[in-house]
Amino acid sequence: MDEKQTELKNYIAEYLKKEDGDSYLIAVLHKAQELYGYLSRETMEFISEEMNVPASAIWGVATFYHYFNLTPRGKYVISVCLGTACYVKGAAEIMQTLKEELGIKEGETTKDALFTLQEARCLGACGLAPVIMVNGKIHGDLTPKKVIEIVNNYRKEG
Amino acid sequence: MIKVYINDKAYDVPEGITIMQAAGMAGYKIPSLCYHPGLSLFGGCRVCIVEVEGMKNFVASCSYPVKDGMKVRTNTEEIRKARKEIVELILDNHPQDCNICKRNGLCELQNLARVIGVSSRDYEGERKKHKKDNESPSVTNNQQKCVLCGRCVRVCAEIQDIHAIDFTGRGINTRISPAFDMSFKDSVCTNCGQCVNVCPTATLMEKGYIDKVFAALNDKSKIKIAQIAPSVRAAIGEYFVIKPGKNWEKETAAALRKLGFDYVFDTQFAADLTIVEEASEFLDRLKNGGVLPMITSCSSAWMKSMEQFYPELIPNVSTCRSPMSMLSSITKTYFAEKMKIDPKNIVNIAFMCCVAKKYEAQRPELMIDGMQMTDYALTTRELGWMIKSAGINFPDIKGEEFDSPLGMSSGAGTIFGATGGVMEAALRTAYEFATGKTLGDIDIQAARGIVGIKEGKIDVGGTEIRFAVANGLGNAAKLLNEVRKDKSKYHFIEIMACPGGCIGGGGQPYAGLGSEPFDVNLLKLRAQALYDSDKGKMIRKSHENPDIKKLYDEFLGKPLGEKSHKLLHTHYKQHFPKGIIPNK
Repeated sequence: MDEKQTELKNYIAEYLKKEDGDSYLIAVLHKAQELYGYLSRETMEFISEEMNVPASAIWGVATFYHYFNLTPRGKYVISVCLGTACYVKGAAEIMQTLKEELGIKEGETTKDALFTLQEARCLGACGLAPVIMVNGKIHGDLTPKKVIEIVNNYRKEG
Repeated sequence: MIKVYINDKAYDVPEGITIMQAAGMAGYKIPSLCYHPGLSLFGGCRVCIVEVEGMKNFVASCSYPVKDGMKVRTNTEEIRKARKEIVELILDNHPQDCNICKRNGLCELQNLARVIGVSSRDYEGERKKHKKDNESPSVTNNQQKCVLCGRCVRVCAEIQDIHAIDFTGRGINTRISPAFDMSFKDSVCTNCGQCVNVCPTATLMEKGYIDKVFAALNDKSKIKIAQIAPSVRAAIGEYFVIKPGKNWEKETAAALRKLGFDYVFDTQFAADLTIVEEASEFLDRLKNGGVLPMITSCSSAWMKSMEQFYPELIPNVSTCRSPMSMLSSITKTYFAEKMKIDPKNIVNIAFMCCVAKKYEAQRPELMIDGMQMTDYALTTRELGWMIKSAGINFPDIKGEEFDSPLGMSSGAGTIFGATGGVMEAALRTAYEFATGKTLGDIDIQAARGIVGIKEGKIDVGGTEIRFAVANGLGNAAKLLNEVRKDKSKYHFIEIMACPGGCIGGGGQPYAGLGSEPFDVNLLKLRAQALYDSDKGKMIRKSHENPDIKKLYDEFLGKPLGEKSHKLLHTHYKQHFPKGIIPNK
C-alpha cells in the first residue's frame, strides 16, 4: 500500500467510526480526488471494499457530479469561459482554436498529459472577456492568436 | 379507520396506507409505472398523480399517505391532462418501435399509453443514445428503452442484496448500468433475472436463443432433446392467461413434441438423480468429518453469487451439478450410447423458469470432453412464445407422457421447484440411506411455505440434523451471515436465488391476472401445483424411482462413483469483481 492509499484508508477509517459511516461517501471521494487528481476504477474499488459500499453505488455518485474526474488530469487544466459576456466576445472561437491546437475535445486530456480542456460558466472576470483560466490563473482579452501563444508558453515550461 | 373521500364518495380505510392503496380499496386502479408492490416506494415517474383538495400541487398517490377527511380526485380533467403529458414526455424519449419490439403486447409502457389514451407525440428532440449490452449469456440491457423507473435497481438491492446495477450519469445521459459501465457479464450480476421480471419495458430482457432453437428443430441431422423444469409447468398456464395453480406437465410435454422435439425428457428425473447424489454426498460429509454445513448447488444464480460474494464457502457447497446439467450430461453419454447416437448430433434444449440457467449452460466447468452439455436454456416466457408462434393451441392441447428412460420422476423431483423442496427431497432420501428404515411422515412441513428463511430439524438414526432454507439472495445473505458466526448451527442448507424458489424464477411469465413477481399468493399457488402433484404420485422418494435405479445399474455404478464424479459433479472457484453486501 503506497502513501496515498494509506492516507485514504486512514481517512475512511475515521469516518467509519461515526454512525452511518458509509454515508460519508462523497467526502471520501473528494479526498480521493484531492490525493490522486481523479477517481480511477482501482481507487473506487478500493473505497468500495474499505467502506463496504457496492461499486455500482460509487460509480453512480461519481458519474452524477461533474466535480469528479474519472480520467487523469493534465498538468495544466484550461477552463474556457463560455459565460454570456465571454461568449459574445468570441469565446466559442477561443474554444475552437484550443481544440484544434491541442487536438482534444472538451473534457479530454492531451496524450502527453500536459493539458486538460474544459468549459466553464462565468469565471467572474467579464471585464477581461473573453477569458480562460489555466490552473487558477486568468488570461484575458484573448484572441485566437494570443491563446496559441499562451499554450506555447506552457509547453516551453513543460 | 379513517374516512377519506375518493371522487366525492366517502370510504373507511385503515390509517397509514397510501392514496393508491386506498383508491384500490375503493375500486380504482390508478395508472402507475415506477411503482411496484413488492419494492420500496420511489415516486419518480409521477404517472400516479392525483388531486388532493387543499394541496397546491398534484401528489404521487403511490407514496402519499391518506389522512382523515382527505378529499382525493383521481380522474378530473386536469389530472387526466397532466398524467397524459407525463406519459407523453416519457414516450418522447423512447423509441417508437413497438411493433418490432420483443415486449410488443406484453409491455407495461405500451399498456400505459393505451390506458392513458396517448394518440400523438408533440415533441421531437434529442433522445438518449446508449450502447446495448448483449455480452452476458443471460441478460441483455438496451438502455434506449429504459424509462428510469428504477425497479431493477431496487429489486437487485432490496430483494437480492446484490447491488449489481445503479443509476449512472445524469440528465439525458442517465442510465442503468453495472459499476464502471462494464457489461453485465463482467459485473457482480448473478444472472438471476429478477430485474427482467420487473422491467416494465424491453430494456432488460433474457438473452434470446429462440432463433437458434427453431433452426435446430428444423435440422434433420440433429436429435433434438427437450427437458423442462418443474416450475415451468407450474406457471406456463399464466402465459396463456389462465389462472395460476395448475400443473401443466402433460400439456407441456405434448406441446414440445408438437414443436418438433425428438425426445421430451424431464428435469424432474434428473432432480431425483441429483437427490441420490446429494443425499449421498451429505451423508458422506456427515460420517467422514467433511465440511459442514453442506449447501445445495442447484440454483445457478446462487452458484455465481457464491463464487463472487462468498468464496470462503466454496468447500461447503455441494459439488452436485444442477438437475438441468445432470440430465444434459446423461443424454449425451448414457442415452447416446444406448441409442447409438453420436453425442455431437444431440441438441439439448432446456426449458427453465430461470434466466441464470443460460449462464450455467455455458459454464466451462460443466463441459465434458470439450463439449457443452446443455446447448440452449430457454425461459418459461420463451417457451410460451414458441408455442404461440408455432400456432399450437396450448390451453386445449391433449396431454402426453414424457419419453423413457429419462422421463419418469418421483414426487420428490416435482417439489424441487419450490423453496424447501430440494431440502425435503434430500431428507426423504438421506434418512432412508442412513437408517435403512422407511421414513414415516415424508411431508417435511418445516421446509415448506413462502417464507424467506425457514429452519427445522429431523432425527436421522439418532443424529439430529438441523437444516435451514433460504429463498431470494437477500434472505440467503442474512442466513449466511448467521452461518459465518456459527458454523455448527446447521448441517444442511438449501439456497434458491429467487423469491419463493424456482417457481419465482426470473424467467417466469410477466405480471398478469392481477399478480406480480414475488407476490406471495401467486408463489403459493405455483408451489401448491407442485405439492399437489407430489401428493398424487405413487413414488415420492427419489431413490425409489425405478429408472434411476436402472441408470445406476446399467451405467453409473454407484452414487459418488467415478462416472458420477465426471458427469454429475463439478467444482467452483472464486470470481472477481468481489461482491459487496452493504451494512444494513
